[in-house]
Formats: sequence, structure tokens, C-alpha cells
Amino acid sequence: MTAHMDHETGNGIARRDFVKGAAGLTFAFALGGGLLNRSAQALAAETSTLNAWITIGTDGTVTLMCPSAEMGQGVFTSLPLVLAEELDADWSKVKAEFAPPIPPIYGNPHPFFNGAQITAGSTAVPGYFQPLRIAGAQARRVLIDNVAVHWKVPAAELTTANGFVIHSKSGRRIGYGDIAKFATVPKEPPKVTAADLKKPSQFKLIGRANIGRLDVPAKVNGSAKYGIDADVPGMVHACVVEAPAEGAKATVLNSDDVGKMTGIAAVIPLPFGVAVVGNSVAAAQAGRKALKVTWDTTASPAKGFDSEAAKQEYARLGQDRKAPARTAYKVGEVWDVFPGTRQVEATYWSEFCYHAQMEPMNAVASVSADGKSAEIWTGTQFGALIAFIVSGILKTTPDKITVHQYYLGGGYGRRIGPDIAIQAAILSSIVKKPVKLLLTREDDLAAVHPRPMSYHVLKAGVDKNNDVLAWYHRLVAENVSALAAPPSYEASGGDDLIGWRGLDQACYDIPHALAEGVRANNGIRVWPWRGIGAGYNKFAAEAFLDEVAELAGKDPLALRLELTKFQPRAHAVIKAVAEMSDYSKKRPGHGMGIAFSDYHGTYTAGVAEVSVDRQSGKITVHNYWLAVDPGIVLQPTHVHAQLEGAVVLALSAAFIEQLAFKDGIAQASNFNDYPVLRMADVPPIHTMIVATENPPTGIGEVGIPAVAPAIANAVAQLTGKRLRHLPMTPQRVKKALG
Amino acid sequence: MATIAFTINGKPARVEADGDTPLLWIIRDHLKLTGTKFGCGIAQCGACTVHVDGEPVRSCITPLQIVAGRRVTTIEGLSPDSSHPLQRAWIEEQVPQCGYCQSGQIMTAAALLKRNPHPTRAQIVEAMNGNICRCGTYNHIIRAIGRAAGMTQNEHGTKHADAASSGEG
Repeated sequence: MTAHMDHETGNGIARRDFVKGAAGLTFAFALGGGLLNRSAQALAAETSTLNAWITIGTDGTVTLMCPSAEMGQGVFTSLPLVLAEELDADWSKVKAEFAPPIPPIYGNPHPFFNGAQITAGSTAVPGYFQPLRIAGAQARRVLIDNVAVHWKVPAAELTTANGFVIHSKSGRRIGYGDIAKFATVPKEPPKVTAADLKKPSQFKLIGRANIGRLDVPAKVNGSAKYGIDADVPGMVHACVVEAPAEGAKATVLNSDDVGKMTGIAAVIPLPFGVAVVGNSVAAAQAGRKALKVTWDTTASPAKGFDSEAAKQEYARLGQDRKAPARTAYKVGEVWDVFPGTRQVEATYWSEFCYHAQMEPMNAVASVSADGKSAEIWTGTQFGALIAFIVSGILKTTPDKITVHQYYLGGGYGRRIGPDIAIQAAILSSIVKKPVKLLLTREDDLAAVHPRPMSYHVLKAGVDKNNDVLAWYHRLVAENVSALAAPPSYEASGGDDLIGWRGLDQACYDIPHALAEGVRANNGIRVWPWRGIGAGYNKFAAEAFLDEVAELAGKDPLALRLELTKFQPRAHAVIKAVAEMSDYSKKRPGHGMGIAFSDYHGTYTAGVAEVSVDRQSGKITVHNYWLAVDPGIVLQPTHVHAQLEGAVVLALSAAFIEQLAFKDGIAQASNFNDYPVLRMADVPPIHTMIVATENPPTGIGEVGIPAVAPAIANAVAQLTGKRLRHLPMTPQRVKKALG
Repeated sequence: MATIAFTINGKPARVEADGDTPLLWIIRDHLKLTGTKFGCGIAQCGACTVHVDGEPVRSCITPLQIVAGRRVTTIEGLSPDSSHPLQRAWIEEQVPQCGYCQSGQIMTAAALLKRNPHPTRAQIVEAMNGNICRCGTYNHIIRAIGRAAGMTQNEHGTKHADAASSGEG
């Protein structure tokens, strides 16, 4: 298919379990039941007018729905691959389409999201894997049953392979497209249980290295469509000069002058900034550039926030055990056992980071003349949330909001946010036309939803045998869940399941461990950023673990192997990365550092080989090795690519990225003053999959957490100096080296 | 406003626009060739790279008037059917992830191979260092350029080990 994601073909067409006709055979029942773990009856009632998951055309084309956003993480291929596997489809005839945001049908059953149709947290494959297999198997069973009736043979004598139903006794075979010409779909889906599914050794598509991603061909010739490419007849173009701090009020000094510029239709003050509306992107951007705006942050919760000055307060919250904290992880009783131990204590920092997704935020919105419905064209990680919020603004219901999904020009968490689509909808309702809102890079950065700045207090104690007995990790940061996942934040009474990720030590055999989260509440719009809390929490924890190793007189690798002796999968990846990197081999002038992460149940261990230029303070990474156990591997080639990409992003955060705030406003404007890692600084990255037959876990983010601590540990091995502050800029390195 | 004529992907084009309009928006909005992307607007990221008379330029800061009478090539004009060696190599190496920067990457690489058909790794990095890829596909890009240039892969990037039971990685 081309990359166009509209798929009016299915949307809104009344279907009772299936549609048969020129289009072929459509299976609507299959997934819902498995997905939501509900009875078939309850499901049938809900799915009757909704879209299908699998459509088999009479020409043999198999169209499979992808419920998740494609932002480079490969889900547009991996989920169809799972359906196709159990369907025994001919992969060369498979097409994928994005499913519309209809959570009851397409929501992710992963416990993290509990049925919400959101693409986040590396949960698409873990969440959809089993239900999609069952859906594929059910559809296959229907095809077999139809052929059995047609040929008057027992269904048990029929097999399937590569898009055909085969009766080997009589030597007959019939393609799925030909079956679609006569087949009917029963009201009740056939019973398929996990026991009926293929064993991993029987997989024909899953795990194959030569399955190319379905979206790649369109991404090498310019035909792939992103939100920025949406073209709606009659649309006008808008820029929004974003409020640089939530609630900041704009004063426009030259509204009239800008309004008179060629191609500018209006300058519109809004609660969230100032819009410049024109007849082209070029005109709107020229108007936006000419606009002179001053900001009053008096009403902003971030008023006066200075990220440098705030470090004092962060440190106080971290050091003062009386400051209110919530328990993020607890085993045993650390405070009871600390007194009998030898201890080490250290503090760590990380700075705010910007997503810097290459496609600036954008959306097209068209609100109907009566204001009671709308269409949105955008690339989003959370279309269902856009539909929900826009429906609230228009005082209508979410089903009246159509969200057309496009490819995402980078997400990394930023496109969970519905903010820009909402702004476009508000603008459309004001100007009574379809509006394409495209932020300039500068406005995208002004609207930054950063990875939080973090402060970590760590303390550990070893007993007389030099075993790690007690571990304490106290995090001070803005609460990400409070902004990005208010329901979970509120239901838990204030926990931050996003920002606390990586604070636990579940894989390590440490009998007494406590992790606490303290909320710094300064009104910064913190947000999930690829790897979420594990990005900074594992930096602190894994770098500090090397300090503990030093206290215990143990090699960092040996200590990690010892701590994971009861966790065979964790143990295996640590051993694997040590072997592949030849970790223990001395390299003159180079240091080797190791780190481990169990983020989201995917076991990863990384090793960095570094050297340090003491004059300039620049760290060079010569090699980075990463071993990963993600359970069953769907697309090995792509898993390697995801790991490599995540490592690059993590290197960027480890070395370069930091966003300062003054008076609540981000102190950077574009890639000139917010540089990110470029090709020249990317080392050879060696990735290894240690596959097991466990259920597949997420892969999109897991390359992140081990990078920064492995580097810090390598520098410590080489120089004896600890780097405890991200990013590890030359300036900080020089300071640490003295 | 002015009428400015130039060649786009081998075909004549005439557009009515202010001569200062960035070429990027002429390409995307007037000519509806949306493969060329907007990333930063200040020539820092390379997503908007196109060729003018065969040379790579940042269309976001190139005023329309500069291309009057000249040949502009975008990703859509690199080949009629994705058959350019770089496009084939990009598919073989499965380079794109989100894909947004890849038009600019390919156009930059195409200009490199035109002037230097067999670049060293260092020459590739030098030529490509102006193009940001936030998904981190840099090593894949190096490999793909190496493949397109007919060079052996081992000189150019990372290698993958794979102990997977799935086996073929």
C-alpha cells in the first residue's frame, strides 16, 4: 500500500461479524474477544458496526489492521506479522492499514494500559501478541471449515500453508482469495486456545531475518505520508507561537503590522499562545517570524523556575529524609540493617532533555459547520485521547471525531501529547475552515515536554562477607505521570509509574532495598521520553553499583553476575555481553564499563569501551556492545536496528543534551543551540540477541538505560574518577578529573 | 510576486510566488512534492536537502529566485521507481526507522556518490555529518552508502552477532 492511512473503507460501515462480497471476506469478531477477554456475546454486540482486523480479498490480498502508531519502532510490520503467522498467510500478499482509534476494539490489553489504544511504553508487541495470534488462528480455522464444507471432506484432513488450504489426500489446494469468493463467517468465532497455537519452532514468519518492514519502501522515495503531508481541500495554514511556559500570557506588540503582511489572514490570541493564520506555510511562518511577542509568566506554575537555582532545592528534598516521599520499591528493612554494614553514599544528576523529533509537531483539523464533529489528520501515539479531548471541547462524543493516522516523524513519547491536535481543532472552529497547524522548530522547542531533571541520593551497605545487604535510592524529580497519565497518578495517590521506572532492583539479590520518589513540583511540563525513568534512574543505580563493587572489593562484572545468580535470564545477558566484548581483556589507554537493565522485562546488558582526552575532557566511545533477551523475537533484523537506534539516542543524552530553564522558559531555540548526536560521534555498536522462548517483551526503548552508566563506569575504570552528572560534557569531565 | 521558471525533476515548472520564498515550501506546497521535509528552517538538520544543478542544498534557506532557470531534483526525481543504487541499498539495509529524515539523507548521499563514487568511511561521515537522524540510523546509513558504492560492508559499520534461537539475524 501507499502510506496513506485514511481508511474510509472500513470506518462506519455496518457489519455483522463479517462482510462478504467483492471485497472478499472480513473477520470482525476475531480480535475483540481475545483482546478484551470478554465473552463472545458481549463482543458481538460491540463489534457489529465496527471495523475488521483481517480482510481477505478475492484476489488473495490479506489486509491486516495495525492498532498502534508507526514511529520507526516497526509495529506496522510486527503486529501484522503475528496475525499472518497464525493465519498462515502468504506474506507477499499482506498489506497493513492503521486501525482508527476505537479502544473497545483496538485497545492494547497490556496491563500497563488496560485497554487504552495508546502506543507507548514498548507495549504493543507484549500486549497484542497473544490475542493477535488467537485472532489469526480463528480466521484460519474459519477458512478451513468453509473449505471442508465446500469439498465435503473432514476439516481435520485439511492443512494450511502460505495462503492455501490443502487437502493432501486428494492433492487439492485452494488459495485464500478463492475461498473468500464463497466462504461465510460464523457469528461465533471458533474456539481457539493457546494450546492450539503454533510452537515457536513452527513459526514460518516470526523470527525470520529477511522480512522487510512494510513501511520501508515508501520511506526511500518520498511517498511515505506523515502528518505534515496531510493535504485537505480548502485548508489554511497556521503557526502557533507557543507559550513557553504553561499559562504564560502573551502580549503581541505588532499584531496589526503582521496582519497586513502578504498572505496573512489573521493574528489570533489564544489561551495557549498566539496563532498566525495564512494562506500558505511560507506566509504563516513569515508572519510568525515577524511577530513580536512578550510573555508574562505571572500566572504560570513554572514562574521563576531556574533549573540551575532549583538544584539547591532538589538537593534539599533529596537529603532531607523528612521531605515527603513515596515508596517506589521496597524489600526488607534497609534502615534496620544499614547500621551493621560498611557503606557508600553518592548523589547523581541528570538534566532536562528535549525530544527533538525530526518532524515538528503538527496536525490538520476540520471542525464541521455545526461544530459538532471534526476530522483530524495527524501522526499520533494516542489518537483516542485526541478524539476524547476534542469531543469534550466541541461538546460532542468521541465517535464524532475522526482521527486519520499518519506515519510519525519521530515520537519518542512526544506524540503521546494531544496538545497540537487540540490547538488545530480550536483554530478550525474559530476560522471555520480546515486548519493545518505546523509548529516551527523554535515553537516546537518552546512547547517542549522534557524528560525531567533528576537528582538521586544513593546509599548501599555491604556485610562482613562483602555481600550487598542494603540499597537505598531516593529520586527527586517532577512527576511525569501527574502530567502524562493523570488517571494512574490520581488512582495511586501520587505515584509516578513513568518517572520511577528503573528505581526497583527486582533482578538483583539484595535482601533490603528501598526506593523513594520525591516530587519536585515546579510546573515544568515533563513528559515520557524514550526509556522514561529507566533512562536516568538506571544511570544513577548502575553507575553507583560500581561504587558498591569498589567498596566490596569486587569486579563490576563479577558483582553483577553474583547479584543475578537467581535470575537466569538476567545472568545470561550479562555473561553474553561480557563474552562478546571480551570485557576482561586489558586495553591500554581504554576503559571498559558494564551496566545492566531489566526495563519493562527485557533483559539487557551493555559494555562501553572508552578513552578520555584529559586536555579537552572529551570522552570517545570506541565500541558499545549490547546483549538483549526480549523473549521470542519477531523481526530480528529490526530488533538489531531498534537497539542500535536507542543506543544512539542514549549516547546523545549521555554526552550532549541538556535544556536549561529560566523563569520557566526553555533556554534553547533550535538545533544550533540544542545540538544532538551526529554521525561523526557514533561508535561501532554491536548488538546480540539472546533469544528465549518466553513471551516477547518490548524492544523500542530497551537499548537506552545501560548506555550512560556503562560509559561512566568505563571512565571510572580508566581514570578512577566517577562521573555522576548527565550529560557527561567535556566541562564536567574535566572538573571530575581535576 | 514573480513568475519563476525552473526545472523540477526533469520537468519544467513555473510558479507565482515571492522570490524570497524558501524553495522548500515551493516544492512542498506549490508543486505538492512532499517527500522533501521540514526539520529546522535554519539549515541545521538536512531534512530538506535537494539538488540544484546536481549540488546538495538546504531548500529551507534557499530563496526561490536563486533556482530560476536551474535544475532542481527532489527525492521523487532521484529515480522513477526507487531503483537508484542508494534507494535499493536503503531497502536492503532496512535503514529507515521513522523515515522522516531519510529523503534528506539519501539526497545528501547521492550528491556524495556523484562526486566521489567510492568514498572512504571518513569521507562518508564528513559528507553526512550535517544530516541529523534522531532515530539513530547513522551506522545503517554508512553501511547502505558503502553497499551502494559497491564496497565491502566490513569496512563500514557495525556487525551483528546473533545467538538467537530464531537464528537468521
